[in-house]
Order: sequence, then C-alpha cells, then structure tokens
Amino acid sequence: MENPNLTATAFDLHRDSFGQLVFTAADGVEHVGVVPVRAFPISAPNGSLSLLSAEGHELAWIDEPQALREDLRTLIEDELASRDFMPVILRVNSVSSFATPSTWEIDTDRGPTRLVLKSEEEIRRLAPPALLIADAHGIHFLIRDRYALDAHSRKLLDRFL
Amino acid sequence: MKTDPHPLPAEEDAPHGHPHAPIGEPPPLPDAAVPLGNQVDGPTVSSEESFSDSLKHPLMAPPGAQTLAELAAAELPASPPAAWAGAIAELKAGLAGGETIFGWLETDLDERLRFASGIIVLTDRRLLARGADDSEWRQWPLVAGMKLVRRDHAGVGSLSLSDSGGLLMLWRYTLAEDAAAGRLIEQFGRRLAARLSGLQPEPPERAVCPHCKNPLPPGEDDCPQCSREIHEAPSTWTLFRLWRFAKPYKGQLLAGFLLMLASTAATLVPPYLTMPLMDEVLIPFQNGAPIDTAKVYMLLGGLLVAALVAWSLGWAKTYILALVSERIGADLRTTTYQHLQTLSLEYFGGKRTGDLMSRIGAESDRICVFLSLNLLDFATDVLMITMTAVILFSINPWLALVTLAPLPFIGWLIHNVRDRLRYGFEQVDRVWAEVTSVLADTIPGIRVVKAFAQEKREVARFKEANARNLAVNDRVNKVWSVFSPTVTLSTEVGLLVVWAFGIWQVSQSAITVGVLSAFIAYIGRFYARLDSMSRIVSVTQKAAAGAKRIFDILDHVSSVPETANPVPLPQPFAGNIEVRKVGFRYGNRTVLRDVDLDIRAGEMIGLVGHSGSGKSTLVNLICRFYDASEGAIRIDGVDLRSLSFAEYRRHIGLVLQEPFLFFGTIAENIAYGKPEATREEIIAAARAAHAHEFILRLPHGYDSLVGERGQALSGGERQRISIARALLINPRILILDEATSAVDTETELEIQGALDNLIRGRTTIAIAHRLSTLRRADRLVVLDRGRVVEEGPHDELIAREGAYFRLYEAQTKQLEEQVAEAGWVVTGTDRRRPAAKHAAE
Ligand SMILES: Nc1ncnc2c1ncn2[C@@H]1O[C@H](COP(=O)(O)OP(=O)(O)OP(=O)(O)O)[C@@H](O)[C@H]1O
Ligand SMILES: [Mg+2]
Repeated sequence: MENPNLTATAFDLHRDSFGQLVFTAADGVEHVGVVPVRAFPISAPNGSLSLLSAEGHELAWIDEPQALREDLRTLIEDELASRDFMPVILRVNSVSSFATPSTWEIDTDRGPTRLVLKSEEEIRRLAPPALLIADAHGIHFLIRDRYALDAHSRKLLDRFL
Repeated sequence: MKTDPHPLPAEEDAPHGHPHAPIGEPPPLPDAAVPLGNQVDGPTVSSEESFSDSLKHPLMAPPGAQTLAELAAAELPASPPAAWAGAIAELKAGLAGGETIFGWLETDLDERLRFASGIIVLTDRRLLARGADDSEWRQWPLVAGMKLVRRDHAGVGSLSLSDSGGLLMLWRYTLAEDAAAGRLIEQFGRRLAARLSGLQPEPPERAVCPHCKNPLPPGEDDCPQCSREIHEAPSTWTLFRLWRFAKPYKGQLLAGFLLMLASTAATLVPPYLTMPLMDEVLIPFQNGAPIDTAKVYMLLGGLLVAALVAWSLGWAKTYILALVSERIGADLRTTTYQHLQTLSLEYFGGKRTGDLMSRIGAESDRICVFLSLNLLDFATDVLMITMTAVILFSINPWLALVTLAPLPFIGWLIHNVRDRLRYGFEQVDRVWAEVTSVLADTIPGIRVVKAFAQEKREVARFKEANARNLAVNDRVNKVWSVFSPTVTLSTEVGLLVVWAFGIWQVSQSAITVGVLSAFIAYIGRFYARLDSMSRIVSVTQKAAAGAKRIFDILDHVSSVPETANPVPLPQPFAGNIEVRKVGFRYGNRTVLRDVDLDIRAGEMIGLVGHSGSGKSTLVNLICRFYDASEGAIRIDGVDLRSLSFAEYRRHIGLVLQEPFLFFGTIAENIAYGKPEATREEIIAAARAAHAHEFILRLPHGYDSLVGERGQALSGGERQRISIARALLINPRILILDEATSAVDTETELEIQGALDNLIRGRTTIAIAHRLSTLRRADRLVVLDRGRVVEEGPHDELIAREGAYFRLYEAQTKQLEEQVAEAGWVVTGTDRRRPAAKHAAE
C-alpha cells in the first residue's frame, strides 16, 4: 500500500480563515486541519517531519524539510513554532527544597517561570549532557548541556541527579 | 480590535442550529476501509472540545427570578488571579448597564509560546482579554455562531474564539490552567445561550469546590482536583520523623536509656579509681611508705565491680534497644508497604520496580541498623563525653579546658562535612536504585534479550550504571576519607597538648601525678569516643538519606484518594454504570474526551475500536484505577469517588489484557479474590472458564505451582485461569479486556458458550479486537481516538455503514481473502484474523 504522497512532494498547503492548515493532495483531495509533527523532536529537531491529517493519518512524509518549497516551509515552520513547546532551561534561580516535590524558579528561553518537580525520576537523562525535566503539569523542559549552565544552577541541579 | 460583522441575532439563530457542525463532534472516519492495526495512534492528534455540549442545560425562567449578580456569584471562582486582581477590579468598576462578570481565565503563555500572563474575562455580553503588554482590553461581543474551543497538545492548551467568518483570537496556556479553561468554555456556552434566547440557564446545581469551582463528589468536602495539586516538600528533619514509629516502644526506649546512663556511668568509675591508686598508694610507696594492702584490695575490688556492673548493664541495654529498633524497622517496612498498596496506578507507572524494592528493602534495613547500633553508640558517646567533661572539670578546670580544646574544631568539621555527605549518600542511594532497576528490567525480559542476542548490550548497560555508582561513591569517599583522619589527627594533637600542659602543671605542683594519669586515662576514652562519634556522621547521613526516600513514599498522597466518609452502595446492588462527559489524560496526553455512556444493569456491551483508542483506559476509569480528569462516573447513581474501594471492587470481576499470575498453586491463583472459596467453587469457576481440563492434565492438577509470572503456562492457559479468577467472586460487573485474545477460536467459542450463562444478569463490558467475540453483546460501542463514535447493536451498526461497519468489513474481507488464497480451514490460532463465520451468526 504505497501512498504516493509519502515519497514525492506533490502536495500543496495553505491556511484557511480559521487558522487551520489545509492540505491538498496530488489528486486534489483536501484535508483541513493537518498537523506537522517532527519525527525526532529531541534528538533531531531539524530533521524529518510528517504531515498528519486531523484523524491522525500520515498524509506526507518530509525527509528533508530544508529542501521544501519556500512558502510550504514557512507555513510548516510557523505551525510547528506554535505547537512545539519545549522550553530550554537557561538558569535555575532557586529551588524550594532539595526534597521532592520541589518548586523551581527558572529562566528559560521563553521567559522566566516555575516548575514543580514531582520526583527525581522526572529528570530523564538524554544522550549526555542533555537532560529532560517533566514538570507536574506535563511540560517538558530541556537542558541542552548541563555542564554549560552557570555554577549556581549546576550546584542546585546536581542535588537532584 | 476586530469588530463584529454580525448584528445581534434573531431568535431562530439559536446556538443549537450552528451554521457549522460543532467542532466537538467526532471527525468522521476516513472513507476508505482501513484494515485494523493500520492506524496512526494517538500522540500527535490533539484533542479538542467545544462548548456546544454544555448547552444541554435546560433554560430557566426569564431574568428577574434571580438577578444577574446573584447568578454570577454562584458561578465565579472565589478570587481573581493575583496578577490581574487590579485590572479586573478596574474593569468591574467601569462596567455599565448592569453588565456582570461571569468568569475569567488566566493564560500563562503568549501567542509565541513565551511565558507571559494574560487574562480573559467573560461578562454576560462580552468576552474581554488582555495580555501582559496590552494597555487596553480587547473585546468581542457575544453573537450567534461564536465558538470557543480548546485543544491541547504536548502540554500546551489552546483556546480559540471564532465566529462563522473565521478565527477571531487564539490564546495559549499550560495545562495547569486546563480545568479553568474548561469551566470558562462552559460558562461561555451558558452566557451565549442566555444572550441569544433571553432566558437564563439554570445555575449548576452540583456542589462545587470553593477554590476551583470543580464539582465536588457528593459527600466529600475536599476537592480532589485541588488537593491533588498540593506540592509540599517533606521536612528535612526526616530522621526525627522516625519518632512516629518509635512512639509505641516508649517504655522500652526509656528503660534502655536509663540502662545506658547507668552503664556509661559504670564505665567511668575505673579511671577515677586510678587517682587514689596513684596518689595514695604508688607514689607514697616510691617515696618510701609501705603499701596499704587493705586500700589496694578495696580499690582493685572497686575496679572489678565497676567492670562487672558495666558489663551486665551494657548487655541489658544493648539487648533491649536492639529488640526495639528491630521492631521499629519492621513497622517501618510494613507501614511503607501498606501505604504503597494504597497508592494509585499512576504512582506505579512513574516508578521503577527496582527503585521501590531498594527503598523498602535495603534502605529500611539501613535505618534499622542505624537505630539499633549507631544511634545507640552515638547516645553513649554523647553521654560519655558529657560525663567525662563534668568529671574532668570537677577534678581540675584548667586541665579540663585544655582537654576539650579540639572539640569546637571537630564540631565545625562535622557541620561542614555533614551536608555534603548527606546529599552524596542520597545520590549513592539513587544510583544504587538504578543498578537494581537494570536488574529488575532485564531479568523479566531475559527472553527478549536472548532472542535478539543483546546480552553484551545489557552487560554494558549494567556496567554503565555500576560505573555511575562508582563515580558517585568516589566523590563521597573523597570527602569522607579526609574527614575521618582529620578528626583522629586533632585528637592526637589534643593528647599531646594535654601531656605538655599536664607536665608543666605537675612541675608547678599545681596537680598531682595521680590527677594527670587519671586525665590521660579519661582522655583516651574521650577521644576514642569523639572519633567514633565523628564516624557516625556518615552513618547518620546515610540513614537520613534512606529515611527521606522512605518518607517520600509515605508522604505521597494517592491521586485516587479513598473517600473519608464513603457512601454505602445501594442495596441490592444492580450494576448500572453511567459515564458522564468523562475526559482523561495520562500526563499531558489526552486519551479520552467527552465520553458519555450508559450501561444498564445486566447489559453486555462490547467496546471496539482501533488499538490505542482508549478502551482499556475507559475500563481503568470504571474500575477506578485512575480518576477521570473531567466528568464523573456513577454506579447505580452514586459517584464512583464517594464509594469505598474495597466495597466497590468486590463487585468487579476483571480479566486483564495481560493476565498476571502470582507465585503459588493454580487453586490459590483462582481463589485470589476470595481466599475462603471451597474446592468445589474453585473447580466450578475453572470449568466455566474451560480451564478445568488442562489443569487436570498438569502433573499436580490444581496443586501445580505456577512460576513467578505463571511461566509454566501458555498465554491462553493463563487467560483462562484469570477468567476463572474473575468468575469465582461472582461479580455484578464483569470486565473482560481482550480476555480471550490468546486462545484459539475453538476454545474461545467454548469459553464464550460458558460465559453466556455467566454473563446473564451481570453488567458486562467486553473488549475485543476479534469482533466475533462480541456477538452476544446487547450493544456495541465504538471508540475512536478517545471518543465514542458509534453505539448500537451489531445489525444496526452494520446497517448504518459507519465506523463499525468498516472495522467489520476489514476483518471479514481479510479473512475471506486469506482463505481463498491459501485454501485455509478456519481453525487457526492467529488472534488478528477473525473468524468471520462466527461473527455472522
Ligand atoms: N500508563 C499510561 N501512560 C501514558 N499513556 C498511556 C498509558 N496507558 C495507555 N496510554 C496511552 O493511551 C492510549 C489508549 O490506551 P489504551 O490502553 O486505553 O488503548 P486500547 O484501546 O486498550 O488499545 P488496545 O486495543 O491496543 O489494547 C494509547 O495511545 C496509549 O499509548
Ligand atoms: Mg487495551
């Protein structure tokens, strides 16, 4: 069952007045509300992605997003930017306690906020030196390089590792 | 600000007759018949909900019966968000013409998904919003065709306001605000309806939580939503919290303490006796006086008695305290385990088995050793040091002062090192748990490891965990190895100083040789004690780290709390199940949304749907393994959350998708839910589940042992035993989650035949991929990505040619093709290929 859309970029995209992406397949069929999804959002954030229909079926597989037509790429990147939410922790200002649950005041690339760490196990080790911290509300915070943080943050973070 | 292109609506433009289908309605399945298992599963699909369902509220008499303000007071949360209290007050003051605020929502993300606070306010005629940087309110009058819809994806919620012309505004928030967003949508729907019809919707009649306005489960004062969000850290003085476990043994502890006091005092007598021995016997003898034999006998006798007394007291104290601490340790373990059993599946989902095992096993043992040995030693040391100090001061204050000089230094050292050691040891514990976890992961999965020849990789993984263990230990040891010799050095230096000062004092005739020798004797003990006391720093910190990890478990409040005052189940218990607007999330992944389902007592329903559509999850909610994030489930009209677990679950027979057997005999496993069952009952249940014959074929029949995971049995055999287990408790509600997926079609038919009798009169929920399994169901419910998309009996659904029809078609066609191609006879054991013949019956 080869889906022709999965190999060629024979499709078109535009945004409707409701702000939803509309996908037009090579055969002219329209899908409203398509969703671009990165295949490896953590390990290869700029790598391949897939367009899924609102029902969750794959409409097109994009191996190299960079090779896409300019306007399509912008549309997809805009949509991704409004969906992808993985704040990167730049600094840990303070923690409420070294015992969990602990509330951290942090600076992220999306502005200062706080996170509640339910237990130490919520800190996931990615390929070193990256860490992924899931907070009590299911937001995933990324630390790209824990050794690159400032001494203060490192010291606080160390207590939980 | 976008102005509204639509004039105020005419009467017939009621919200029920939207120009657009409400977004909340399930999206239709794709047209092409998609075979099962070819679906892309949920994670990438956002879930959404519109207000349209909330319009089912009956409308009430025109305003006047209650003023708007009174209505609003009933619906508004207690206080506005702190950051916006001023702005809201200002807004309120500026409202004219009786406009009333009905709700608000604080959003914590801006449109570029940066953390920034914003606010949305709903009045009876407008929706207003303001972002962190805005100086003005933006506003949208409520008009027909307006929709407020929320979706969520990967931890971010979005709330979109649109009218028939298109999107008006999009807000973003983290899921912390999701429940509040749900309420805003509901209020929006009510206000819009009121605005359009001129009638006031009935106020929500349910009791609501004063904080978050979530409905309270009946009979409950605490809001499950709010209390779940208490994130309080346990106190750091964890070791003192062990007192809770020591309390029952107060008497013994006191006795032990007194014994300790006495025995310590007894050990301090001998050095004291060296003083007269030196000054009144030996030195006078050196100076030519004869030895006073009587005195010598007396002094030596005193020494012997002191030693004997110290020995017997020491023995009694050690024995008593060791007994007590062993019991405290056992209590601690049992309590922890007991508490663990009350925790929800959510907790176990987030923990690794190895970690929990190491906490309850090794760490509680460490605490026990700490209490019985180290703490005892420590107390003795402290006593000894104080008593020695007192004695020394009473003999000669100056010399005593010199002796005690290194003490502050050691105190400072301990203080410095303690914190570092404690968190070092905490890390050691965590890493150790990781090592155990590797074991707990791989040993049950050993077959997969071997099948893929990954032994080397697993060894490498273990090595890596071990290496981390070493690294952390090395770090702790670095601190520790410096600390201990430093204490020893400072005591040696102290001894030197005492000798020097003492000799000088003797030369000045300020003290006698006897006094100096007594001092030296005391100091030997004193410093030895000090040394061992400093050593205890590490053990204390280890125990404190262990205690913390145990209290982590003990302090964890179940996310599925047992109600304080349970409502008794209605008698006789019928087994009606009502699922009302239930939504559920695992972490940030919405799995169920807006599920409405009525199951009458005695009815059998079949749950079908693609893999990952949320069937097992719905069953989990009905069993109350998890609490629904939204909505409610009622059993015979009583909210599930106000029933007692034990009473409710006694009526549920559950056969899980992955049957689990405990180590024990087959009979014990069948009788797990009813240990007092007679042999006849066990056999009857086994017969009904068609397990009887294969059990008899086993070498020890019903007494055969099944391994740790029932490894001696095949998948289908295990399933049949777990069916027997569910049947034995004679439940009112029977839940079969893929209960016969692993047995061949013939056996399944047999089991089905037997089940038919048993199902009669029980509320039954059966999940099956093989649709033929569900042919007896009164009604089929089709789930698709967390929503109920179809409901009805088999024939009706087939006639409707909807989602069920396509599932059915796919199975039938696939089978027919295969039969045609290969000339197969349909008795196969493959679970994915349904027996269409049976289904057609
Ligand atoms: N403990 C969990 N934590 C997170 N997500 C889960 C958990 N259990 C299930 N899920 C997810 O929830 C969704 C529904 O799962 P569920 O087990 O209810 O599916 P199902 O309909 O029973 O599927 P199947 O027919 O394969 O048994 C799936 O996408 C699954 O990945
Ligand atoms: Mg399942």
